[in-house]
Amino acid sequence: MINVILIDDEPLARSIVAEYLRDFPEFSIVQECNDGFEGVKAIGIHKPELIFLDIQMPKINGFEMLELLEQPPAVIFTTAFDEYAIKAFEAHATDYLLKPFSKDRFGKAIQKWLSQRQNTEPKAETSALIHQEVRQPDERNRVVVKEGSNIRIIPVHDMTYLEAYDDYVKIFTQKEMFLKKKTMSFYEQSLDPAQFVRVHRSYIVAVSQITRIEPLEKDTHLALLKTGAKIPLSKTGYAKLKSVLGL
Amino acid sequence: MQTNLTTSRVILATFGWCSMLVLFETYALMSTFSFDLTVALADSVNFNLLVFTAGYVMFNTLKFYQPAPKNGFYLLVWSVALASLCAVLHRYAMAHYFFQDNVAYQEYLVGSHVIRGLFAWLFIALIGMQTWIWFYIQDQRASEKREQETLKFSREAELASLRQQLQPHFLFNSLNSISALAGSRPEEARKMIQQLSDFLRGTIKKDDQQLVSLEEELKHLQLYLDIEKVRFGHRLKTEIISNENTATMVLPALLLQPVVENAIKFGLYDTIGEITIRIQARSTDRNLIIVVENPFDPETSHPRQGTGFGLNSVQRRLSLLYARQDLLTTQAVGTLFRTEIKIPQPA
Repeated sequence: MINVILIDDEPLARSIVAEYLRDFPEFSIVQECNDGFEGVKAIGIHKPELIFLDIQMPKINGFEMLELLEQPPAVIFTTAFDEYAIKAFEAHATDYLLKPFSKDRFGKAIQKWLSQRQNTEPKAETSALIHQEVRQPDERNRVVVKEGSNIRIIPVHDMTYLEAYDDYVKIFTQKEMFLKKKTMSFYEQSLDPAQFVRVHRSYIVAVSQITRIEPLEKDTHLALLKTGAKIPLSKTGYAKLKSVLGL
Repeated sequence: MQTNLTTSRVILATFGWCSMLVLFETYALMSTFSFDLTVALADSVNFNLLVFTAGYVMFNTLKFYQPAPKNGFYLLVWSVALASLCAVLHRYAMAHYFFQDNVAYQEYLVGSHVIRGLFAWLFIALIGMQTWIWFYIQDQRASEKREQETLKFSREAELASLRQQLQPHFLFNSLNSISALAGSRPEEARKMIQQLSDFLRGTIKKDDQQLVSLEEELKHLQLYLDIEKVRFGHRLKTEIISNENTATMVLPALLLQPVVENAIKFGLYDTIGEITIRIQARSTDRNLIIVVENPFDPETSHPRQGTGFGLNSVQRRLSLLYARQDLLTTQAVGTLFRTEIKIPQPA
């Protein structure tokens, strides 16, 4: 038996996948989920081999949900119309189904996945997708992180600074710190450059949080934030910050 | 057609002006030089006819060739040439064909040669200048009209494309729901096809400039809401509050659908669980006020970021139609996001 989970916020959209799947008796739907939160939980419990995933969903979208998974299953995306997503799919997804899709098209996606399953590790496909730099517009406004079993959504305007930490990035808000498995260059590229500046190899700072800049040594400076944090500025970082501040 | 009419009017005016000059000159010659009426009249008619002809030539020249101001020199040369021609022809005609015996007149003819030329030039230059200005204004008007037409076209195109962009996501998801219903509940699928068709027909049939009654707009909106409820029935509740006063008030066709679409999207994707979209209409002395409310999560959303495409297009449309920027306002009250639209009513 191949365990499958359906994640879509429209019940009718899930029901058509369930209906089409009846023609493939080796598949069994272990759970249907209304949103990404339910999805993360269900995937943790059932460890399905394959999920059918919508992109536009409440609170966190399909891509963000995948980011929260340590061992993401193979994914077939189902979506209505999404120019951003399609770019990502074409490069990396197992397959994607544009709603409304036919039984034939659905069957082809299943066959494609079955043949990939025999040849390669499907996980590699999905993780490649996650690291794609093709972002959804709403993802520029928030970062989704997992804290134990809780999922937290950090609005970008709450972030004060980011610090590199091995394979992770520490995201600091006023009161808290979150760890996210990403690269500094990912955030440097995806955050608004007018609001967030890479001031150092290991630091990205929110411009609005800076209260003071002091010289430290020759060529280096120190930025003081409203929260009291002190961020070192490299020579090029200081120059970048000055140009953003219009100095 | 209109140009011809105006051209003939200009010729008529010039002719009238020349006739007046004939009268003045006849009187002047009779009173100053004591010529008799025949001589004075013949002289002034002949000269003014020549000048009139030269003026007409000037007018026609400018009709087909309008020099830029820096090439005004050509016009000067041309007008001097025409004036000289007038003076010479007049003197030749009067000296050789008329009143050869009238010594006083012949003397006068030779003596007035230069002043005549100058006078003719003044007249021709005046006509030239007037014509130039007249064509300049006409050109200006034509290009203004073209500009307005272009602007109108681009507005219409923009409105059409704005409308276009609102549809695909909704359309494909609705079709997907129909596809799902077709297997298990064909009667409901058929009903939804009917609703979707009515909705699309309403969208296509209306033009952007058209004003419709709130009652009609709400009827169209209800079709949209019914379709959305098939998709999100488990989460979506709607409330429409309007009264008899507002039912007959007018607003631009299809204005509310994108606002409500935005509210639904914002409400559904920013929260989890059941949501209520509230649409209220009321009237103030000169305006129809429509308020659309949806819940949102202030913890994770910046309302300003949440306005999205839907409201920008509505804002743009209102400012194109009413030339005002203040008709759409948004406000976050606790966990509710309010969009308020003010529609000025025709007097």
